[in-house]
Amino acid sequence: MNYRFDWAIVTSGKYFDWLVSGLYVTIKLSVVSIALSFLVGLVIAMMRMSHVRPVRWFAHGYLEFFRNTPLLVQIFFWYFGSYKILPRVVNDWMVRQDFEFTAAVIALTIYTSAFIAEDIRSGVRSIPKEQMEAARSSGFSYVRSMRYIILPQAVRLTIPPLINQFLNLMKNSSLAMTIGVAELMYQARQVESYTFKGFEAFTAATVVYLGLSFLITGLMTLYDKMVLQPIKGH
Amino acid sequence: MIRFEGVHKWFGKLHVLNGINLHVRAGEVVVVCGPSGSGKSTLIRTINELEPIDEGKLFVDGTELSDPKMNINRLRAEIGFVFQQFNLYPHLSVLKNITLAPIKIRNTPPKEAGEQATALLERVGLVDKRDAYPSQLSGGQQQRVAIARGLAMKPKIMLFDEPTSALDPEMIGEVLQVMKDLALSGMTMIVVTHEMGFAREVAHRVIFMDNGTILEEAPPEEFFINPRHERAKQFLKQILSPMH
Ligand SMILES: Nc1ncnc2c1ncn2[C@@H]1O[C@H](COP(=O)(O)OP(=O)(O)OP(=O)(O)O)[C@@H](O)[C@H]1O
Ligand SMILES: [Mg+2]
Repeated sequence: MNYRFDWAIVTSGKYFDWLVSGLYVTIKLSVVSIALSFLVGLVIAMMRMSHVRPVRWFAHGYLEFFRNTPLLVQIFFWYFGSYKILPRVVNDWMVRQDFEFTAAVIALTIYTSAFIAEDIRSGVRSIPKEQMEAARSSGFSYVRSMRYIILPQAVRLTIPPLINQFLNLMKNSSLAMTIGVAELMYQARQVESYTFKGFEAFTAATVVYLGLSFLITGLMTLYDKMVLQPIKGH
Repeated sequence: MIRFEGVHKWFGKLHVLNGINLHVRAGEVVVVCGPSGSGKSTLIRTINELEPIDEGKLFVDGTELSDPKMNINRLRAEIGFVFQQFNLYPHLSVLKNITLAPIKIRNTPPKEAGEQATALLERVGLVDKRDAYPSQLSGGQQQRVAIARGLAMKPKIMLFDEPTSALDPEMIGEVLQVMKDLALSGMTMIVVTHEMGFAREVAHRVIFMDNGTILEEAPPEEFFINPRHERAKQFLKQILSPMH
């Protein structure tokens, strides 16, 4: 074994730039997907708690389906199969955008939204029923009680699991390399195949993923200190 | 203001309200007492339909609750409800706890609602806490905020379900004082409580419940000195004994 490490390859120059552009795509993919996941998750959670049975069933099916199939399959599904099930206009729009990126966003969003919906639902269920009673006693309708009193509390409680989902999402986004999204993992792979310095390339990617994770975890701690503690009162 | 006519309610097989007849006039202060499980909470919770009744008639502020044309949200806005456990909104500051309903339901401009809330906080002695969160307040303070929250809607009726029984003894007085002031201001009040001092001082009538029925109904002097039923005598003895 006389492999010579060459860290300079990943800390400067062309290959460094590749990795940085990969990092940028990873962040963009994660941020866009988590934002959309939250919105979709909120809607699905509301549907899951609806008084209308078919709506509830639909949401239930959605949750079970997307939580229990591998993400990679879902990514391939949207990438290879979307033109068969999505309306023509949507597909044309996707192609005009960055098709791979859009397919990855759709897959990650739908997959993650299923988890987030469950987090939101358990957030709502953990709000004591007396809160609803207090709101209704003031004269708020059920829907407005949800909107002004229950959901704001539930969402605050959901932020930590949500940040956790963001962490998962960020890591899961590396699967997007399989459909050619030029995110961090994809770029590391590129560096490897151009330089045969696989160890350096993947170490660099690992370090960056770790850094991102720590950043996100730090966010969580900060949120807990600044927002949750005053409410809970410790 | 409030009239029960032969009201019944069941929880499954349990007959919680068994033929309640009661008339509370505007400006009256009525204290409800009785042993645990006798149906006191259920009784006052039917008034704003937190618990719907199964039989009989219940009129509140001129409308019958079972009337299909009745708008329950509009009626509830006229009735303040104070819970044993306060139930303040933990994610909102004291001020916002008080102004939320006036702003969203009465469409009071936020500035005006804020001024009214401040005035109410002055009344309950908590102006300096307007920006605090409920978790930063003691039980007694939270309950006074809860009363201010109820009053912010300018209700015609205030209902209290054991407002002091979750409080440490040293905080009971401050909450009772606020309630006494309110009673003397002419508010229509129904108060479930075992605070007999409060009943003696400001109640116009005391109601004794047992097993879902109103067993006794009398002015406080009469009820305390000369209760007619054996159950009421026992109850009073228990409640007034220093060991309690
Ligand atoms: N939601 C409910 N479902 C079933 N049973 C209930 C419900 N709420 C109350 N009960 C029962 O109905 C009876 C009357 O309850 P209620 O709360 O009105 O009594 P209370 O006089 O207020 O008692 P306490 O002094 O303990 O508060 C009790 O036996 C109680 O267990
Ligand atoms: Mg009770």
